[in-house]
Amino acid sequence: MKLSRREAIALGFGSVAATLLPMPVLADAAEDAISAFTGGAAVGTAGVTLTAPEIAENGNTVPVSVNAPGASAIMLLATGNPTPAVATFKFGPAAGSQNAATRIRLAKTQKVVAIAKLADGTFAQAESTVKVTIGGCGG
Amino acid sequence: MISRREFLQASVAASAILGASGIGNWSRLAAQQVLTQDQLLQFDDFGNVTLIHITDIHAQLKPIWFREPEINIGVGEARGKPPHVTGADFVKMFNLQPASPEAYALTYEDFAALGKTYGKMGGLDRVATVVKAIRAARPDSILLDGGDTWHGSMTSLLTKGQDMVNVMNKLGVEAMTSHWEWTYGTQRVKEIVDTLPFPFLGANIFDAEWDEPAFDPYKMFEKGGVKVAVIGQAFPYMPIANPKWMFPEYSFGIRQERMQEMVDEVRAKGAELVVCLSHNGFDVDRKMAAQVQGIDVILTGHTHDAIPEPVLVGQTILIASGSNGKFVSRVDLDVRDGKMMGFRHKLIPIFSDVITPDAEMAAVIDGEREPFKAQLEEEIGTTESLLYRRGNFNGTWDDLICDAVRSERDAQIAMSPGVRWGPSVMPGEAITREDIHNATSMTYGQVYRTEMTGETINTILEDVADNLFNTDPYYQQGGDMVRVGGLGYHIDVSQKIGARISNMTLLATGEAIDASKSYTVAGWASVNEGTEGPQIWDVLESHIRKIGTVKIEPNTSVVVTGA
Repeated sequence: MKLSRREAIALGFGSVAATLLPMPVLADAAEDAISAFTGGAAVGTAGVTLTAPEIAENGNTVPVSVNAPGASAIMLLATGNPTPAVATFKFGPAAGSQNAATRIRLAKTQKVVAIAKLADGTFAQAESTVKVTIGGCGG
Repeated sequence: MISRREFLQASVAASAILGASGIGNWSRLAAQQVLTQDQLLQFDDFGNVTLIHITDIHAQLKPIWFREPEINIGVGEARGKPPHVTGADFVKMFNLQPASPEAYALTYEDFAALGKTYGKMGGLDRVATVVKAIRAARPDSILLDGGDTWHGSMTSLLTKGQDMVNVMNKLGVEAMTSHWEWTYGTQRVKEIVDTLPFPFLGANIFDAEWDEPAFDPYKMFEKGGVKVAVIGQAFPYMPIANPKWMFPEYSFGIRQERMQEMVDEVRAKGAELVVCLSHNGFDVDRKMAAQVQGIDVILTGHTHDAIPEPVLVGQTILIASGSNGKFVSRVDLDVRDGKMMGFRHKLIPIFSDVITPDAEMAAVIDGEREPFKAQLEEEIGTTESLLYRRGNFNGTWDDLICDAVRSERDAQIAMSPGVRWGPSVMPGEAITREDIHNATSMTYGQVYRTEMTGETINTILEDVADNLFNTDPYYQQGGDMVRVGGLGYHIDVSQKIGARISNMTLLATGEAIDASKSYTVAGWASVNEGTEGPQIWDVLESHIRKIGTVKIEPNTSVVVTGA
């Protein structure tokens, strides 16, 4: 289903289904941020590692780490949050390693994305779905 | 799952091809129509190292009835593969004889009738006999406990796991990992761990604040001149599936990259055989075996599957040893030149009427139970129906529990957790207080009563269904579907979260559940701190006393499609 931002908002929150629809809007915001970071350049997959739990133990503080050897910058996005931008880590030429770890708040189940600007100026992306669940009922 | 023929021909290391399981022995047993202890234990010694695995005992010291699942749906790549094969399909896949001892032990069909022929299974005094016999034949063996050991009975609850600790120490466990152990709370776990004569392993247990390893990740053994590393993997979804407020200091998770690091570390230290003692659940382990390089054997646990042959993933063998003391796995391994060259395996069924109890262990068990004997044995009612739980959806125990919860707490809808533990009670038997506890015992058994909107009920069903039917095993928590009473629904397991559940109906009136309307809901095992209400075992006891004789009608309120 394709819905413009305006149509999605117009549908409102009157039903259960409608609350699921604004996703494309948020994904757009994440895509906008990626475009701004890469300047529209092609994005590969090799050279960046994103480590995040499959299921969040606490959606309010989810440990996430990124690693991209030789990178000059790594942008971290929570694509399903109202404001997807989490952080952009910049590494100077004297940096001993290009690692960063932080904790982020996730509003709901979503993809967390890391995009690194590598030493050769190209970009690489890694993503991981982090599930935010109500829990209980375990084996 | 590879075919039986491929399996037997499969090469673990290219130079030596030898893999054999104990299934052939079972088939002979069936043919002879006789069971003896010698036959159950018969094993042609092989190689130079032996692993003995037992897991998910759930504090069952005594022999039990335990009906295996009828419905155990696999999704994604696990579809149609063990352990997602049940009943006649299972009998066929593993070339068993219908109605044979092994069919009774491993499947659900004709359970009540076959139980009369073959008797109860398990009992840790019988397990002790088997362990002693294996050790006598193979002094270079390692006994490993996969966890879910300290929880699941009235005596374990009343002693905070101490009865099981004493018994397992007597059995001579050499390392364990954990899950329900944590529901006694951090303080109690640490108190026990300090006294254990063996390590409490968990490579994936981290300090929650600093995200640093908090428990021993592995133990190095030297057996038969072979360096063996046993890496522990605790239940990954501890703070999500169980109440995290009971162990707030710790974080868990699958942490696949950590497992790879540990495998590399033990190999660097000279380990010639790498064993993962896991409480991941079978499908998670099957994926992890493919993702992490260098594990020779995964001793699986958590999902309570008993599979008579090892499942091979690449060069890793997965062993599934069942639950509740019904089985012990013996795995003989030939390790040479730093490599696993071959294996021989037997899933040993603990037929309690065939295996002689170990007298010393029987005395320890009786001693643990003695102070509680009168409470345990009190008969609360009787049942005309077979009471069981295991399966993806409501079992008869769950129907009885949901009836009790709705009736005693005056609610329209009941919810009961889809845990995989809880032995069976046979038709015509008395229901004792011990039976009630075996199906409900836990440290957070309060029965809450609240109001929920139709939308909230739908969200809960969708959420739990996704923990079970997500096609990526790493998102599966290993419980079964939440059980419901007073509510009917349809579920299409092939859909994604948000689209599986439909046709929710209030059974009392037949009307559709309204997303915006509120309903009274009662349930137990809430993971929220401060939940108030009577304990579930008291609620159930009160209900059974009132009705006297339990008779469970067939339940058709959940319609499953997409399997």
